[in-house]
Amino acid sequence: MFADQFINAIGTGVMLGSIYAALALGLAVTFGLLHIPNIAHPAFVIAGAYVVAMGNSYGLDPLLVALLALAPFYVAGLGFYEFYARVFERRGSADTMNALTLFFGVSLVLETLLLMRFGTNQQSVSVGYVGQSLTIGLLSLPYRLLVPALLAPVMVAALWLYLRHTHTGIAVRAVAHDERALSVSGIDPRWIKRHAFGIAAATAVVAGAALIIIGPVDPFGGRLQIGRAFAVVVLAGMGSIPGTIAAGILIGVSEALVSAFASPSWAPAVAFSILLATLALRPQGLFGARR
Amino acid sequence: MTSKTSTLPAVRPARPAGSRLTNVRSLAFILGALAIFAVGVFLTRAVENPFFFFASYIIIQYVALATGWNVLGGYAGYINFGAAAFYGVGAYTGALLLKAFDAPVLLCLPVAAAVGGVLGLLMGYMTLRVQGVYFAIATIALVVMAHTLVLNTDYLGGASGLALMPPEAPAWAGGQVQFLFLVMLGTAIFAVAVARWIEVSWVGRGFRALRASEEAAECAGVPTFRLKLAACAISGAILSMTGAPLVFYASFIEPETVFGLALALNAIAMPLIGGKKSWPGPVIGAILLGTVQQGATITISSELNILLVGVVLIAVVAVAPDGILGLLDRFKKGNRA
Repeated sequence: MFADQFINAIGTGVMLGSIYAALALGLAVTFGLLHIPNIAHPAFVIAGAYVVAMGNSYGLDPLLVALLALAPFYVAGLGFYEFYARVFERRGSADTMNALTLFFGVSLVLETLLLMRFGTNQQSVSVGYVGQSLTIGLLSLPYRLLVPALLAPVMVAALWLYLRHTHTGIAVRAVAHDERALSVSGIDPRWIKRHAFGIAAATAVVAGAALIIIGPVDPFGGRLQIGRAFAVVVLAGMGSIPGTIAAGILIGVSEALVSAFASPSWAPAVAFSILLATLALRPQGLFGARR
Repeated sequence: MTSKTSTLPAVRPARPAGSRLTNVRSLAFILGALAIFAVGVFLTRAVENPFFFFASYIIIQYVALATGWNVLGGYAGYINFGAAAFYGVGAYTGALLLKAFDAPVLLCLPVAAAVGGVLGLLMGYMTLRVQGVYFAIATIALVVMAHTLVLNTDYLGGASGLALMPPEAPAWAGGQVQFLFLVMLGTAIFAVAVARWIEVSWVGRGFRALRASEEAAECAGVPTFRLKLAACAISGAILSMTGAPLVFYASFIEPETVFGLALALNAIAMPLIGGKKSWPGPVIGAILLGTVQQGATITISSELNILLVGVVLIAVVAVAPDGILGLLDRFKKGNRA
């Protein structure tokens, strides 16, 4: 009985963790690479989940909706960065604290708009595979977790290859280090940052699809995810893209074990405890360089 | 010993040149505070309608919250998204003391302040060494952690909340809600006095140096880390203290409201809208926004209310980062030139 519970908790944790990595990926780009603490990212993910739910209500597959919504979300990300840049970077000083307040306000407005448009009712999607499980010996893997869990590493790997092997990708990784050098080599740093914000926003809709396939989503669901997303990025180490998978799984497994052996009501505190412990004990994260 | 002689003078110099003026102003401040409290006492005699005191309690509570938030957010420049966590911890400290020991509200205030101060100190100690951003994120974490803790504590009523019968108010106050109105007025005046003391003392000069340039301040001998910790502790203490009388006021507390969004949002929005550089800013912001909200809850939904505050917050950050007081300053300078 114990072995059964333990194995299934680990299985669930690994799958959940993989999804957490998807959730944090946009933040790993904006915060990890560009050093812009976009705490509105989880609200984008929730907005993505709502878009997916809307598409699904017309009978479309959630993943197909996410794929179709990639471009609009990318454009929204461009616009959002443009707004942020006009407010802050033109003023000369990119004041982090004011920026945080701005992002806080944006996430709040976004959440409240969702609340006013769709009400407090939770949104969900209906797909054929929800409710069924893949059973391997003692281990039972529900498809509603397995499908998004397999999606996340694909997205992380794609982004990592893009950042490593393309010209623009390398520029994204360079922009926070030395904008001047980037300008000298003929690239507009502002264009690169805008592009990176677009990519981050596009990952939000995929993460939103993953989130709503797991279970129902409500407008303020992002609040909980802020902690998870930042815990993943910080634990991975700032700017480490592949690290998000390992960090996500570590957090997912911890949450699943706490849920299984203590109580599910304690699970929300797990990610935050890991975040605080990481900040206090190993601020450079698992895979990051000491700064 | 000889090496010490070459160090730069510390930020704590002999009294500044205008010290007599400062003393006069402090005296005026103290007299003003006493006058405001006296007006409060007079109002409990003069105003019949209890709704006035219910509404005023909330507005004055926001004055204390905004002032407490601003000690850290305005003076030290560290954004705290978790005002609700400190407020909620204070409220539940009050509830716990009332439930367990039948404690009077005037005892709950200092105990809640102590708890909030220690909490602020711990938070600061864990996160301030790294970077300001992490402090802000950790404060969001704190709300979720405190909320989870209360949900899982049966003695505190869990998710369904806790209904308690507060002890009878002293006879001179003229009633329960009048008494709590005065308690909150006293708390707010105390909070503003602390904030003002920080501003005019060497501590405030340290904060100004710290905000201008942390490296330069550190080199000039400002104990930056200890100052930041002090700001965390004082701010946390005021925020928690403000929550302590809640259970006496409402006879009921539940986690959804004390750890709720409206509180955290208002605690940030009010100082920013009023102006976060000096103590009148949060007071103006809180009275303005608090009064509008109290009036508006009758006519508009609470969602629309939050939405409007959110939009105003974005606009202020984008257009007038120093709030109303900053705009007035700019206007005055414009006229002179």
